[in-house]
Amino acid sequence: MNSESDLILKVDNLQTQFHLSRRVVKAVNGVSFQMKRGRTLGVVGESGCGKSVTAHSIVQLLPKMGRIVDGSITYYSSNGAVELSKLKRNGSEMRAIRGKEIGMIFQDPMASLNPVFTIGHQIAENITQHEKISRAAAMERAVEMLTMLGIPQASTRIKDYPHQFSGGMKQRAMIALAMVCNPKLLIADEPTTALDVTIQAQILELMKEMQHKYGTSIILITHNMGIVADMADDIAVMYMGRIVEFGTVRQVLGSPRHPYTRALLQSVPVLGIAKGERLKTIRGSTPDPSDMPEGCEFAPRCDFATKQCKTVPADTDLGGGHRVRCWNCMGGLTT
Amino acid sequence: MLELHGGLDDMTKASPAVQPNMNDVILDIRHLKKYYPVYKGVFKKVTGHVKAVDDVSLYVRRGETLGLVGESGCGKTTLGKCIVRLQSPTSGEMRFRYGEGGMRDILSLNAKEGFDVRKKIQIVFQDPYSSLNPVKTIYEAFDEPLRVHRMGSRAQRKEIIAQMLEVVNLRSDYMYRYPHEFSGGQRQRISIARALCIKPELIVCDEPVSALDVSIQAQVLNLMKDLQQQMNLSYVFIAHDLSVVEYMSDRIAVMYLGQVVELATSTSLYRTPRHPYTEALLSAVPTPELDAVRERIVLKGDVPSPINPPSGCRFHPRCSKCQEICRVEMPQLRKVSGTEDHYVACHLADTESVPQEARMEL
Repeated sequence: MNSESDLILKVDNLQTQFHLSRRVVKAVNGVSFQMKRGRTLGVVGESGCGKSVTAHSIVQLLPKMGRIVDGSITYYSSNGAVELSKLKRNGSEMRAIRGKEIGMIFQDPMASLNPVFTIGHQIAENITQHEKISRAAAMERAVEMLTMLGIPQASTRIKDYPHQFSGGMKQRAMIALAMVCNPKLLIADEPTTALDVTIQAQILELMKEMQHKYGTSIILITHNMGIVADMADDIAVMYMGRIVEFGTVRQVLGSPRHPYTRALLQSVPVLGIAKGERLKTIRGSTPDPSDMPEGCEFAPRCDFATKQCKTVPADTDLGGGHRVRCWNCMGGLTT
Repeated sequence: MLELHGGLDDMTKASPAVQPNMNDVILDIRHLKKYYPVYKGVFKKVTGHVKAVDDVSLYVRRGETLGLVGESGCGKTTLGKCIVRLQSPTSGEMRFRYGEGGMRDILSLNAKEGFDVRKKIQIVFQDPYSSLNPVKTIYEAFDEPLRVHRMGSRAQRKEIIAQMLEVVNLRSDYMYRYPHEFSGGQRQRISIARALCIKPELIVCDEPVSALDVSIQAQVLNLMKDLQQQMNLSYVFIAHDLSVVEYMSDRIAVMYLGQVVELATSTSLYRTPRHPYTEALLSAVPTPELDAVRERIVLKGDVPSPINPPSGCRFHPRCSKCQEICRVEMPQLRKVSGTEDHYVACHLADTESVPQEARMEL
């Protein structure tokens, strides 16, 4: 197997902008990454860093004012490479991929399930949309899927409406909906943020299990470093529309090189560690995305900023696929 | 004197789960219950109760942080709201140390006294976007409680507001701005400043950092710790994020379905959790460490409905160590043998069989 057929998704210099009435917001500003089959990519960053917009660009689910202005998104399906950014948003090609080849789970299961249709109807709809299959058979598949995801009495619960499900069960139903067509790539946008920790643990275990079973590749978007450490193989840290650090979990969490990654890791309290010590903070707050600082976006908040940071730092490869966008990452950084 | 006797009587007849034996207790909650009626049908007949808080006894010392953790629906927010009297408890006692009289039951105060107590207990809410009035400037929002509590002349009040804003690291001229001009972190600092401006002694913090980004969260947590030291404040810190609670709190109460299942100092709770639920909660928290060796305990199912809580121990349907006794008998909060300040409500934990003698010095 050559390296090309190993890939499932290649995003190159993606730029997504939102054209508002008076200003242009550069939500994603040149994002590039590659994903191999069967791996999990964790995308971390604070709100507004462009992690969700990146995911929505891939499946072309951007709101009306959002558009991909540059770059390419190549998806390697079983029938060869498809350039997703060139497809029509609601064209038949895109719809054949969305939901079938690429599944999605969103943050808020309450908002992403339709309240006026039963759970079974919604899952079965996804199957009948993409496969030539009878309604009854689709319903059966839906029951199977829900049973596998640990919903008791799935054959009767399938006739329930979303409001009759608890938060954790709704998220399971969402996973069932996303996984029922056996997608090759699953995009999970903050799948557990609205859930309690114990339910979060259940859902994460489930996702791992499903990945193991079907060999799905997962893009996991989250702001929680703990979840990425637990789930991901590779990590992309995003800040203001750019990937500032990319590498394997071991590279990024073991030896973070970008000041932002370090600050993120040090600013969260970790159970049983460093109690009584002050938390490291990042001064200031994220800049207005329509009025971004010149050069490195993080420079105004960075403790190590130099004159050089007035120009945009190049994407430096530190070896082994560990990429950092910082002028000072090669040395001299000590905290 | 009468009140003292009443207090002692009460202690001996009921199960005195947790006894503060220090004079610096500022808030003492005993057997607090909050039931919400459930109505059904045309005639709105009461068919049951949501037992949001069911027999909770806790105390808070001056200058300490008591953490309340648990999943959603466990009653932690209701308990917090009962403390600030945004909700009136169904039954129970709540004593608060204020004025000359020592500990007083604040649930049976008259209107005037109740008004005075409110000044001493304040609350910071989870969502800084909905807890500040969008049509009022910061000055107006701050001025109202100060005016209501008759704190100083107009000029003095303005001075207090300016000071308070500076305390939370904001410029004092920000007081003429509206809430929408601030970021989430700034708004949460404003909420804290507003709670502080009438000089409370106890602040209930209901998920104060849950809505904030991690880098901003650290700023707010640090600030809260600093303020606590400077002003000798007591916090009741409510959150679902165990690592944040563990970081902030001196002692932690773990709640499940309206009841406290474990109460201990935060180090003791983290190192040696005694309740299976606490163990599961701790193990479920993902940590950003490589090669973490913790075994994750995944709980089955969801939290049961608080309208019909399970018999016996409320955790038994989800507990892996469940025994016969757990299904029948409800465990009491008892002290763990050989510990100073660690209480657990579990039949299987090694607890002292005789509840500890009450030593309440009021």
